[in-house]
Amino acid sequence: MSTVTTSKSLSEIIGSFSSATFNEALDSRKHAVEILETKGLPAGKNEEYRFTPITRAIENVFTWKTESAPSSITSIDPFLIEGLDANVIVFVNGKYSESLSRIVSPESEVSIKSLREAFNSNIEAVNTNFNTLVNPEADSFAALNTAFWQDGLFVHVPASTRVEKPIVILHLNDAIQHQVIAHTRLLIILETGSKLSVIEKFHTTGEQASLHTFTEEIEVKENAALEYCKVQNDTGKAYQVINTNIRQADSSRVDTFTLTLGGQIIRNNFAITIAGEKCESHFNGLYMLNGNTLADNHTVVDHQKPNSFSNEMYKGVLDGNSKGVFNGKIFVRPQAQKTNAFQSNRNIALSPSSTINTKPQLEIWADDVKCSHGCTIGQLDEEAMFYLQSRGIDKSTAQGMMLYAFTAETLNTISNEVVKEYVDSLISERLHKNF
Amino acid sequence: MLSITNLQAKIGDKQILNGINLEVKPGEVHAIMGPNGSGKSTLASVLAGREEYEITGGEVTYNGKDLLEFSPEDRAREGVFLAFQYPVEIPGVSTINFMKTAVNQIRKYRGQETLDAVSFLGLMKEKMKLVEIDQSLLNRSLNEGFSGGEKKRNEIFQMAMLEPKLSILDETDSGLDIDALKIVSSGVNKLRNSNNATIVVTHYQRLLEYIVPDFVHVLYKGKIVKSGGKELALELEAKGYDWIKDEVAVA
Repeated sequence: MSTVTTSKSLSEIIGSFSSATFNEALDSRKHAVEILETKGLPAGKNEEYRFTPITRAIENVFTWKTESAPSSITSIDPFLIEGLDANVIVFVNGKYSESLSRIVSPESEVSIKSLREAFNSNIEAVNTNFNTLVNPEADSFAALNTAFWQDGLFVHVPASTRVEKPIVILHLNDAIQHQVIAHTRLLIILETGSKLSVIEKFHTTGEQASLHTFTEEIEVKENAALEYCKVQNDTGKAYQVINTNIRQADSSRVDTFTLTLGGQIIRNNFAITIAGEKCESHFNGLYMLNGNTLADNHTVVDHQKPNSFSNEMYKGVLDGNSKGVFNGKIFVRPQAQKTNAFQSNRNIALSPSSTINTKPQLEIWADDVKCSHGCTIGQLDEEAMFYLQSRGIDKSTAQGMMLYAFTAETLNTISNEVVKEYVDSLISERLHKNF
Repeated sequence: MLSITNLQAKIGDKQILNGINLEVKPGEVHAIMGPNGSGKSTLASVLAGREEYEITGGEVTYNGKDLLEFSPEDRAREGVFLAFQYPVEIPGVSTINFMKTAVNQIRKYRGQETLDAVSFLGLMKEKMKLVEIDQSLLNRSLNEGFSGGEKKRNEIFQMAMLEPKLSILDETDSGLDIDALKIVSSGVNKLRNSNNATIVVTHYQRLLEYIVPDFVHVLYKGKIVKSGGKELALELEAKGYDWIKDEVAVA
């Protein structure tokens, strides 16, 4: 980041803020710094980060000397989804890259701008909506991000408009020479009756560590529809905390898919606020981990109004020394009668040294609702394995078939066939699929 | 083809097979009968390589090779097929994809060229007729939501696809109504030839009216206590198993 911090201590990180050259959203930045000063980053005793020692890792790993390291990334081709005709927005080490980005949708269909540019052009929708869905009080990394964000993306879809081509956001961190610390933002406003598909990808290149905080605010207005797909396929020493906040108005629909395949510590705080009636939300996640990767999905669905439906399905496959954490909160507020809210988290542990901590948390204040949840942790069904092997299929293929079948239904929230095929190819590669 | 000598096996601390001896030659059909708990299904499982069982003694030679040394998948590739008593439901894996994988892994093992999609489909259509199974069923997840009869037909379909040398049918008649029993048996009979052999494990004589055995063996307390021709099955049907138990007790 552009602020220079020479110490690992929080006070000095914050201290550097005064010397930074931020021009946008200064009030919210100052407020976030105050929160950070009071709360600090979450330590081991923090219930929300009990299984995810990211603060300790950050203190141990990062030198905070990473003043805007130059990037050698000149081509985005290796990071693109083959065959997908899309808008591609590129961030390199936290900065919007105009030269690498490619906007193909007409301005009448969607307005896509760097967040700094949007602030500097004094766009009304940015001024009024920025930092309204995220609560920096609730998560210190959201506060850190709100205080220090370098750049971001602003997407505005006008009413009754369907954005034909999806938006792919590439977050590239070039950690070949230096450590990277990046703080980025996203603000999307889907006006009434509009429709948009967003795909987010994260790539760290090089052997050095990267820390990326990313805070997203997505406003989905009446009758609007959002499709959202996140692919976390980072290699190496990537540390990530993503705060995703989606708010739905009446009769809107949200479909999300979060795929986590790599990285060092990945924390996804994913919150959907259902602030309207007759909404539908399907949010799926899949984490397939190996090595020493830790992936932590903390999700919240907050039903504030009656007659909505939400279905959450997260699945995990854990190998090596990997760790998975799932926490799923469902709130059904007193007035949210006739809510249907379902949640499931199923896990398969392939190795004895992998671990999974899963916890559903349902808080239901309305009495006329249908809610269910289920968490399972298991191994592959031995009888099924034997059945496949008894037909001449070797053990590793049999395992791959079982796992492939296990993961398949999480892809149901992806409607774009090209994206689905891409995600499928990543899963197949992970499973060494040969069937 | 198959020579079992003094085979002993246990699961956990429980000794189940107490010295089985059996010779099976190409072209033969052997029925293994016996009361519940006599070790019939254990024998079938041990031959197919189910890992929960521990072999505590004896030998199994299959076409001159030590069968017990092979992994379950290699047994299948060597031509051993077990039709399960309770075929497993595997959501998300279609029968077609499963069979294509199996057929091609077996072909690879045998040094044959793998089948492309078109040739595989051709082979499948041919074998489907044998067991009167519909392709819509095979497009579905393996055995998921199948009726008892459909599952057993699927077993015989798989057997037809893999063309085993030694087929072991474990209680294939259980859960079948008479129509399904006829279809399944006729499929098995069509697959019989002078180069392959079949072991039919069953509690009842009923199946043996349709799949006529050359030899009938009675298993009791983990041992073959009586062997004979197909008429032994009829005798068991008429008299039950108690007279066998008595004979063993007297001996």
